[in-house]
Amino acid sequence: MKVVVDLNKCSDHGQCVYSAPEIFSLDDRGELSFRALAKDVYRSGELDESLRDSVEEAADICPMQAIEIED
Amino acid sequence: MVVVGASLGGLRAADALVRAGYDGEVTLIGEEPHYPYNRPPLSKEALVAEHDFEKIRLRSSAKADAYRVMLGTRVERVDLSRGELYLADGSSRGFDGLIAASGLRSRALGIPKPPGGILSLRSYDDLLSLRAQLGGVTKVVIIGAGFIGCELAASLTTLGLQVTVIAPEEVPMLRPLGHDLGAAIQHRHERHGVHFALERLPVAIEGGLRPSAVICDDGSRYEAQLVIEAVGSTTNVEWLQDNGLDLTDGVACNEKLQFAGHPNCFAVGDIARFPNLLFDGVARRVEHWGIAVDSGRHAGKALASVLRSNEPVQEFRPMPAFWSDQFDLRIQSFGMPGLVQDSASIRVIEGDLADEVAVGYYREEILVGVVLLGMAQSHNKYRKILADNLG
Ligand SMILES: Cc1cc2nc3c(=O)[nH]c(=O)nc-3n(C[C@H](O)[C@H](O)[C@H](O)COP(=O)(O)OP(=O)(O)OC[C@H]3O[C@@H](n4cnc5c(N)ncnc54)[C@H](O)[C@@H]3O)c2cc1C
Ligand code: SF4
Repeated sequence: MKVVVDLNKCSDHGQCVYSAPEIFSLDDRGELSFRALAKDVYRSGELDESLRDSVEEAADICPMQAIEIED
Repeated sequence: MVVVGASLGGLRAADALVRAGYDGEVTLIGEEPHYPYNRPPLSKEALVAEHDFEKIRLRSSAKADAYRVMLGTRVERVDLSRGELYLADGSSRGFDGLIAASGLRSRALGIPKPPGGILSLRSYDDLLSLRAQLGGVTKVVIIGAGFIGCELAASLTTLGLQVTVIAPEEVPMLRPLGHDLGAAIQHRHERHGVHFALERLPVAIEGGLRPSAVICDDGSRYEAQLVIEAVGSTTNVEWLQDNGLDLTDGVACNEKLQFAGHPNCFAVGDIARFPNLLFDGVARRVEHWGIAVDSGRHAGKALASVLRSNEPVQEFRPMPAFWSDQFDLRIQSFGMPGLVQDSASIRVIEGDLADEVAVGYYREEILVGVVLLGMAQSHNKYRKILADNLG
């Protein structure tokens, strides 16, 4: 499982951080920290299956629907 | 298993039922012709940037064939004692468990209106009508200064139109935010060129196929080629009548979102009136996007466990969160600021009302809500402070 975040859709709501703090965080300006790693689309490395529930929750709760899960 | 209402709450409930391992048949039934989509962008970026449908379509965690989705299908009536649903096409469907997610529709003012009608904004089709009528328009009147009215004012101003907002309150968003914050946001709008005509009520809208002017109770008259009503909403509960339910202001539920006396029936999203024990035992409806997600997820999971094994269902105690984007301003709310109406109990915690600010809402000196203008880097901190205060 990988998470893919469309950084053009994301508007830094930070809701994902409450659901899956293991994966998502905001930097000290309040922006999604993946912005430092990618410009348009951030694609994670392979994630442990034990994170699935929290990643699904993050994808559901993202107001911009910017998070996709790839299997 | 049936879910009535194919929007945010219904989709999340159907997804959660499947995810919880429920292996019977699940059907998601919705009146709109579209696959479930995201409403908040309708008054914001989808209007300004002319997004197409794919951009606002909701994602689902379920596989395409995990459950049946019946679109363009209105549920006329339900018989809870028989477990039978009656559809507009005359057919019926039996069920063991029901999730009601039928949400709201726009309320309309009962005043004289032009024969061509005026607009409101709740659905994607409403957005298409609005876009289709923008051509040649220079002046717009928005009736209502709640969140949707103010978001529309910001978006249409950004598109280059001259916008007047008419409403009876002294400041916009008075009830959810209080006087001082409402006034502060009004100033930002005015700096961008929005005109507010407050403390007055529209009594008539003149025009033919297109509106031409809005007349108010103090005799004032505002010309406009486009008029949008944003005066609140009505609950879609008619289909639930005649089952002995309390349907005054949504569906009355217990603290687990079950209908009183029907443990296998749940309500979610904007129509659910439930006590949130994080605050108190008073049942309220909460028109927040995040509550539709959380309640849908809760109800889907709970219904799966009720049907499987009669396991006890957990209480639904969500931390409400709401946001609104108006011009470059992000308004973020946590908790229930609307519980506090007395202005002495609404106080600036940090920052400055003219700039970025955190405002606290206290009920009997206990913090029950925080609203932030900007302050993106502090959202986490205040959400946590509030959660700690509520215990
Ligand atoms: C323009 C706009 C902007 C918004 N902006 C924000 C925001 O910035 N932040 C925020 O937190 N919230 C916002 N909201 C609120 C948020 O969108 C709602 O809380 C959310 O849509 C509620 O979802 P729901 O599934 O409960 O109901 P709804 O989205 O209202 O969906 C109910 C569905 O049920 C269907 N239905 C009704 N009756 C029947 C029937 N008898 N048979 C079959 N189907 C039926 C309807 O057609 C509809 O599709 C906004 C809402 C609007 C309209
Ligand atoms: S919840 Fe969505 S919009 Fe918000 S920061 Fe996370 S990915 Fe971005």
